[in-house]
Order: sequence, then C-alpha cells, then structure tokens
Amino acid sequence: MPSRAGRIPVPLVAATLAVSTLSLGLTGCAAEPDPGTVTVLNSATDTAEHTANQRFFDRCGKPLGLEVEQISVPADQVASKALRMASSDSLTDILELDGSELPQFAQTEGLRPLAEAGVDTTGFSASATSLGSYDGTQYGIARSVNSLALIYNTELLKDAGIAPPTTWEELRAAAKELTAGDTYGMAFSASPNADGVYQFLPFFWSAGGDEARIDNGKGEAALQLWKDLVADGSASKSVVNWNQQDVNDQFVAGRAAMMINGPWQVPVLSAQKNVDWAVASIPVPVAGKAAVPPIGGTVMAVPRNDDDPAREKNAGKLLNCLNTEKNQLQWGESVNNVPTRAAAAQAYAQQNPKLAAFAELVTTARSRTAKVGTGWPVVGDALAGAFQSVLTGRTSPEQALHRAQQQAAAGK
Amino acid sequence: MTTITSIAPAEGTAGAGSTSVRTSRHRGLLRWLFVVPALAYMALFFGYPLVRNIVMSFQHYTPKTYFTGEAPFNGLDNWRAVFANELFTDALWHTALFTVGSLLGQFTIGLALAVFFSRRFRLSGVIRAVLLLPWLVPMVVSAVVWRRILDQEHGMLNTALHAVGLVPADGVPWLSSPGVALFSAILVNIWIGIPFNMVILYGGLQEIPRDLYEAAALDGSGAWRTFRSITLPMLRPVITVVLVLGFMSTVKILDLILALTSGGPADSTQTLGTVTYQLSFLQLDFGQGAVVGNVLILISAVFAVLYLRANRADFGKGK
Repeated sequence: MPSRAGRIPVPLVAATLAVSTLSLGLTGCAAEPDPGTVTVLNSATDTAEHTANQRFFDRCGKPLGLEVEQISVPADQVASKALRMASSDSLTDILELDGSELPQFAQTEGLRPLAEAGVDTTGFSASATSLGSYDGTQYGIARSVNSLALIYNTELLKDAGIAPPTTWEELRAAAKELTAGDTYGMAFSASPNADGVYQFLPFFWSAGGDEARIDNGKGEAALQLWKDLVADGSASKSVVNWNQQDVNDQFVAGRAAMMINGPWQVPVLSAQKNVDWAVASIPVPVAGKAAVPPIGGTVMAVPRNDDDPAREKNAGKLLNCLNTEKNQLQWGESVNNVPTRAAAAQAYAQQNPKLAAFAELVTTARSRTAKVGTGWPVVGDALAGAFQSVLTGRTSPEQALHRAQQQAAAGK
Repeated sequence: MTTITSIAPAEGTAGAGSTSVRTSRHRGLLRWLFVVPALAYMALFFGYPLVRNIVMSFQHYTPKTYFTGEAPFNGLDNWRAVFANELFTDALWHTALFTVGSLLGQFTIGLALAVFFSRRFRLSGVIRAVLLLPWLVPMVVSAVVWRRILDQEHGMLNTALHAVGLVPADGVPWLSSPGVALFSAILVNIWIGIPFNMVILYGGLQEIPRDLYEAAALDGSGAWRTFRSITLPMLRPVITVVLVLGFMSTVKILDLILALTSGGPADSTQTLGTVTYQLSFLQLDFGQGAVVGNVLILISAVFAVLYLRANRADFGKGK
C-alpha cells in the first residue's frame, strides 16, 4: 500500500486461494461482544504504532466509559480479514481501511454513512473528505493523510549549485546534472503494484491525465518524462522493480540525489546521518501550475450493526474525539502525516517546517477513487501496465495509454 | 514450494480369506468404519472448498457477497472474461515455462548433488547441511535477498560476473528487463528447490542395494552405464515423487514472484498464481479469481492422477 511504509507484500499462501471460501462457513463464532468495548480492525501490527494508537484510543475512550480493543493485521490483509469477519457477522465496530479500499466496502452497503453514526465531519479539507467518500456520501474519516513530495539531498544540490526543481524541464536538467559516478540524479518507484501507481499519479494528474479517460491525450507527457529520465541515464533502469522502500534505501545510501517519496519515510530519514535532506513540492509540467499529487492514508469507517445500534453510536463518539483538532495534530505528529482538519493542518505546517511541503500538497491532492470509485483497482493496474511497458521499451506512450484505457474499460 | 501436498493414503491391503459370508460382511463394514474419519476429513477440508471454488467461478462474487450472502449466478461470464484476458494467456505460458524450467534445473542439479554425496567422503555431512539452507529460509526472505543479489547496478551477481569478464560494465538487467526477468525467477526457484530434490533423491539412492553396483563393476560396466542401467531404473519411483510434488508446488507459485518482481516488469513474470491473487485479493473479483484457481487445480489434478497411476503400476509390479 503506497500510503503506508512500502512494505514487502507478504502474500497469502497460494493454497489459501482455494481454501478461502471455506472460511465463509467456518470462521466466526466470535464471543458475545462486551457493550462497553469498542473494537477496531486496523493494520497497526508494528508495536510502536500499536501502542501509540492505543494511547489515543484510551484517551478518548476513558471519558466515554469505553474500552477500546485493537485487532491488527498486516496492511495487505485488512480488506480480506474484514470481508471474512463480515461474512460471519463479527465485524469490528470501527474498520480502518486504506482510502483506496473504501469504495469497495461502501458499495456493499455494509457501512453506515458517518452522518448517521453521529460523526461530525465539518471543517475537514476537501481532499480528506473525498478520500472517505463514495457516491457523494462520507463513509470514512481520515485522522491524517499523506501524499508525495520531492525529497532531495541538500548537500549534493548545494554543491552543484542547483535549486530544487519546480518544473519538469528543470527536473530533467537537474537530474542529468546531478548524475555522477554511483549517484543517479533522480529515483522513483515504477513497480507494477500500488507503490508504482501511487508515484506515477502526481505526474499523470499534473499533466492533465484523467483516470476515467486514460487516453484523453494528456497523460502521455508523464510517461514521456519518466521514459526520458531513464533514457538520459538520470534514473536507474531498475526503477521498474523498485518499491518506495527501495527508493528510500537508494537515497539514504547516497545513490540518488532526489527522490519521490512520502512522509512515512521521515523516521528512517531522520534516524540516519549520511544524508541531509529537505522536502520540496513535486515539479509540475509548466511553471505556476499547482501540483496534483494523490492523497493517501487510512480512513475509519463504521460498519452497520442493525442488531445493536448502540455500538454504532459508541464508535461515532470515539471517532469524534479522535478527530478533535488537538488529537489530530498530536496524532499527525506522531505518524508524520498531515492532519485533515484545515486548522490542524495549518498548525502542523507551522510546527513542522521541514514537512510543510507535505501540508501544502495535501490541500491540492486528489483522491484516487473520487472519479472511478470501485473501478480503481482495475484502473490502477492498467496504469501500471502502461508505465511498465513504456519504461521497458515495449510500447510508445500513446499506445500504452490506449491499451490501458481498453483494459480499464474491459475490467469494469 | 515448501508445502508438500499430502498424498491420499494407499488402499488397505487385500482382505484375508473369508471364513463365512457373515463375518466377511462384518469385516467389510468394520473396514469402512475405519475409513470414515479420513473420508469425512477429506470431504470437509478438501472436498467442500473445492466444490465451493467451482461453484464460485459461476457466480458474481464480490465484497458485497460477504455482507449480504448473495452471489447471483452469472453463467459463463467469469470464464469468458478470464479467457478473453490477454494476461491470462500470457500467464499460462509463463507458468508453463517457469514450471518446466524450474523442474529441469532443480532435478538435474539435485540429482547430480545426490549422486555426488552418496559417495562417502570427509565433510560431506557439513556440505550437505549447508546445501539445505535454501530450504530453511522463508520464501519471502530468500526473494528479498535475491532481489539485492540480482540488482543490475549494485548486485553481487553482476559485480562477480563483470569481475571475471563475463558481462559488460552495465551488467545484465536480471529483474528490470521483461526478456530476462522470468529467467531470473526460474533461477531463484531452482536454487530454492535444489535441497528438496537432493534430499529425496539422496534417500532413494541409499535404498539401492550396494551389491548391484558390485555386480555391475564385476561385469565391467563403466560409471555412465551403471548410472543408466542401475541407478536410474532403481530410482524411478522416487523420481516420480520428486517430479510430481515439485510440479504441484511450482505450478501454483505466488509468494516468490510477488516478492521478487510483483509480476513485472511489463507483466513478464505473471503466472496463474499471481493472476489469481490479483483478481481475488486486489480487484476483489472472487468469481474470476476462482476461475483461474480452478484452472490451476485442474492442471494439478491431471498430474496427481498421472502420479497415482504411475505409483499403482509400481505397486502392481511388487516394487
């Protein structure tokens, strides 16, 4: 998942493919839920993250007389775990999904619109609202969001007398100039999975690309830029196989002067001493235009619980507390993500000047699913096919996007 | 790769002579009673999911199904969609290449090592233990390590090959070129599969009576002739086991490829396994995912039947 640290996908064993259906009949048997407990399904398997989450949950739960219990599974298993729980009527009271997965769940009508659950969603940035919405209704609320920016090696840029590039032209020139010896000017992820697609979007969208009409003639420029960077030798040919974690590794090892990456890399970047870094906005095709990066992050949703509406209300109260300005700001700082309340985001930018670029970017960032909704996985796959075949020299940008549009249309 | 599919237990030995019709009927009943738990287990844990998977491939099975329980039947829609998908056809090819290539490599190298180690010499135990390592390392971990080794610019393999002058300075694009990536995946899988082949074949070699070799030596047969006329035929049952088990675990490979290349670059390493994963767990179209799953099961079943037949023939000959 691009919005979280670029972990290696730990796949489900192939055998479970065949057996997965079995779970329909056999899982479940959950114990009778305690009325004073709110359960949360999330991906906080990391101990530090789990503990930090619990601290915020407890802080909000105690005054309400509620205990909060987390069930954490690896990020790429949240959706399938949630589906299995749903089939046995044992879904948690709060479901924390990746923003790009929300439409699939909202479409099932198994989620309660947040307004009905008593969740206050006023004062959120437009991009954060769209991240949690499906078909005009808000089903999920994001405590904080992230996006992508250009992270650069301050020393290398200073030595070369180069300012952080703001346009594509500058980016290409700077990357070329910064390429020397073992160091490439630029690094990005073009892997054929969610990581690569997430990184392609700021270029695709900023050029005027449209995920609902992939072959509208504007996205080619983004493909051409990526292709040029590799053809110039300014970026490694291996980008087609690098996930976001690999890109960060290259940067930290001093093998890339600039990279596209997200704020979830900040703990790693801050912990190392080899490279001084700073964050700039993503370069745009023409000077003066605003960058359009994707917005990422997790959203919390309230599954319908017709047997016990009190549980929905409890979940709603908890969400309201988690999303107060103060709690959002503190949470955002603990995970290096930008709060979603406009006022909290401003405070965040002021208190974390190093990450201010991210705070600014999320205001123009766009949700991946706002336009195509549940079609996103197919569209994302089609886009991945496009940049992979262009970067490996199989097709021209025009052909690639034409084919991607056909694939996306066929898969819907 | 590391999962070893269990094989159905062999049928009970043929009944002893009957004293009277009644006792023999009793006996027959009793015999069935002992088989019932195994049958029930098989039906529940293998039969049920299998049937569900087949039924699912004719249903519009989406996340909604998990909430509402409704999965409307849509006839052959899923099958048509999957077979019309170019990716599926490509994946079939890749799976075939990957499986045949992996098996060939694993088996020949495994056999060579097994023969080599079946002669006793110093340190043989230690070296054998080292050779088992790939088996002990979790698949995803090996894949991550291999990703580093195969890196075009800083990977050990290119550095080493360049040092001995086998490749130019810019190296082989092991994982970043669509023309090479599948080959690299096969290489890694061969490395992972060698220990399994070696251990089983080594065990088989130990079973061959020494005096056969002595007799052959007395008859003046050379090493190659001995290998062809004694070792290979005597190993035949073991070879079938190794190849069939290897086949069944290779054909459905998923984790290695996901961690190594994610199916890329440009879909050049997509296999039936990764396509099922993609359809079911990323696009959440479980109906279409089930179609590919069924194709995989069908392919495996064909080989399982062949295997059982081959084995029965062996039993029949009293081997």
